[in-house]
Amino acid sequence: MSKDLQFKIDGLKASVDGKEILKGIQLEMKGGEIHAIMGPNGTGKSTLASAIMGHPKYEVTEGKVLLNEEDVLEMEVDERALAGLFLAMQYPSEITGVTNSDFMRSALNARREEGDEISLIKFIRQMEAKMKELEIDPQFMHRYLNEGFSGGEKKRNEILQMAMIDPKVGILDEIDSGLDIDALKIVAAGVNAMRSEENAFLIITHYQRLLNYIKPDYVHVMMQGRIVKSGGAELAERLEAEGYDWIKEELGIEDETVGQEEEFQVPMNTTGPKL
Amino acid sequence: MAKKMPEIGEYKYGFRDEHKAVFQTGKGLTKDVVISISKQKNEPEWMLEFRLKALEQFNKLPMPRWGGNLDDLDFNDIQYYVKPSETQGKTWEEVPTEIKETFDKLGIPEAEQKFLAGVSAQYESEVVYHSMQEDLEKQGVIFMDTDTALKEYPELFKEYFGTVVPPSDNKFAALNSAVWSGGSFIYVPKGVKCEVPLQAYFRINSENMGQFERTLIITDEDSFVHYVEGCTAPIYSTNSLHSAVVEIVCRKNSRARYTTIQNWAPNIYNLVTKRAVAEEGANMEWVDGNIGSKLTMKYPAVLLKGRGAKGSVLSIAVAGKGQHQDAGAKMVHLAPETTSTIVSKSISKHGGKVTYRGLASFNRKSQGSKANIQCDTLILDNESTSDTIPYNEILNDDIILEHEATVSKVSEEQLFYLMSRGLSESEATQMIIMGFIEPFTKELPMEYAVEMNRLIKFEMEGSIG
Repeated sequence: MSKDLQFKIDGLKASVDGKEILKGIQLEMKGGEIHAIMGPNGTGKSTLASAIMGHPKYEVTEGKVLLNEEDVLEMEVDERALAGLFLAMQYPSEITGVTNSDFMRSALNARREEGDEISLIKFIRQMEAKMKELEIDPQFMHRYLNEGFSGGEKKRNEILQMAMIDPKVGILDEIDSGLDIDALKIVAAGVNAMRSEENAFLIITHYQRLLNYIKPDYVHVMMQGRIVKSGGAELAERLEAEGYDWIKEELGIEDETVGQEEEFQVPMNTTGPKL
Repeated sequence: MAKKMPEIGEYKYGFRDEHKAVFQTGKGLTKDVVISISKQKNEPEWMLEFRLKALEQFNKLPMPRWGGNLDDLDFNDIQYYVKPSETQGKTWEEVPTEIKETFDKLGIPEAEQKFLAGVSAQYESEVVYHSMQEDLEKQGVIFMDTDTALKEYPELFKEYFGTVVPPSDNKFAALNSAVWSGGSFIYVPKGVKCEVPLQAYFRINSENMGQFERTLIITDEDSFVHYVEGCTAPIYSTNSLHSAVVEIVCRKNSRARYTTIQNWAPNIYNLVTKRAVAEEGANMEWVDGNIGSKLTMKYPAVLLKGRGAKGSVLSIAVAGKGQHQDAGAKMVHLAPETTSTIVSKSISKHGGKVTYRGLASFNRKSQGSKANIQCDTLILDNESTSDTIPYNEILNDDIILEHEATVSKVSEEQLFYLMSRGLSESEATQMIIMGFIEPFTKELPMEYAVEMNRLIKFEMEGSIG
């Protein structure tokens, strides 16, 4: 498309069940950039990702999210997707009876005009090629969407979807959790292969290790529902070495979390990161 | 992108053809009506007696007081027999144009046209078109409408007719036995495996006309047949009754599969008795899809009579506004080491009501038998309801009975996930529903799976938001 891709989060406030989680987020990304959002658990990182995509649980109370000047917050979830947003989710849903390939084809066809649907052969070739890149067993085409997938398989499947859809703005919500180091490298390679002047990525993580493989241009630290510090790749390295305490000290923050309860709802079917 | 779908008010198949009936009985059920039906069909004396005896049973038997609400069903307001044309078409060319047009409007898929050589298409009460595929004929397979079978194979017919579902079984079986007309008759000889499914396509077309078809299938030892029946009906304002009887006899080590998709208009009472007997080592499979109707009461049954017999029912039911699907299955284990499987998928929406009502019965000789029952319901809104009513009769302590039931809603998370990939809310909902019934659709022949998906899409339109 254009090198002038503009993605701007402007004063975003959002709450869940009446409790404010995001307290005015400010962030700007341009085509070709990768931004990382880091921070301890419970600081609002995943809420930011979900609110941008339009999860019904989160109520946006203030602010704008502009994709090339258009406020995506005015749009339905599917319209945001068609406008170019993609969210690789931390806990993707399982849909029984719907195969990965049927779903993927519907998603691609949603982006095309009626009567101009992608041909089956072309689709299969494309999907097989991407699956190979991501080292996903071709059998997964015919598996039901995320059903019975391991945590790592789900994450890889999210990246597969992103690679097929090729969005303008890819948001990766803790895509590294549940991945072993080999899978992490594959996923990172997948993201790096997509990287171009025409897209931008927002990577949410609380471990620096993913950023060893996907080099961010900017790193932001979230605490208490705000971005409290921004810097370059070196910020992530310092966080890895020293942890978050120095930032808390610097800013006089005692409890960095916000609206804690929701972050403690860890679904049963996920596995923690293998270190 | 989502296409505009017709509203409920313009029910897709709600068109009528102008067509002239050659003979009809008028409304109401009397002895004279039964006599004139039998006479019109030139039936043998024993069949007239059978009908008259059934009529007596019908008058004696009480209306069922369980299941759905039958209060608005008026037996005097129903026409029991209409014969649409003098001669039955022997080739497709001979089928009246008007009737062909009806099929066109129904949009019978092209793939199905290929099978026309084997299609038994029932239009009103009479089969108007019927011919047999040559290779089937060579193998000795009999596939014709039930009326013709009575004339051409009187001995075979008499041996099995009414043996699986006797007229005294229930009020509607008695009614069907008194006034039956049309339906399919299939006999598969020993060792013959029919590779191509045998199909019948039929529909009710005349207002207030009951459809009382009678189907009889016999699979002789070591044989196999798959019979497929699809059905759509036009919409009318007054009540219509569909009351069929299906009898299947699976002889030793044979296998029969009976696939139905019924999409009845929302004013139809669909009260059907379907039952099969499975002898030693035989395998009977019912695949049963119920969409629409005002009330459906249907419980396909398998009597597992011989050692090692297997029975299965795979069904879906979709109930919308003002509709009640009271459906399920019956498995009666009468011999050792018999197994049965019931998978029931129901969807209710717009205040619709679905009831799973099923029976698993094990008698004293059923040691080593096993039954597995799974009932899943998807409820699409807060006005709709679902009930699961399993009956278990166990007279043997060496059996295994498993029952699982789930009730779910289309979850916010699932919708969000699918929509975040660009699917509209209605596409996403449809996808979740299609996934839910996938265990059913994957068992259908390709062209029916396509038709099924289309029907569900129409049914689901307006379920969103």
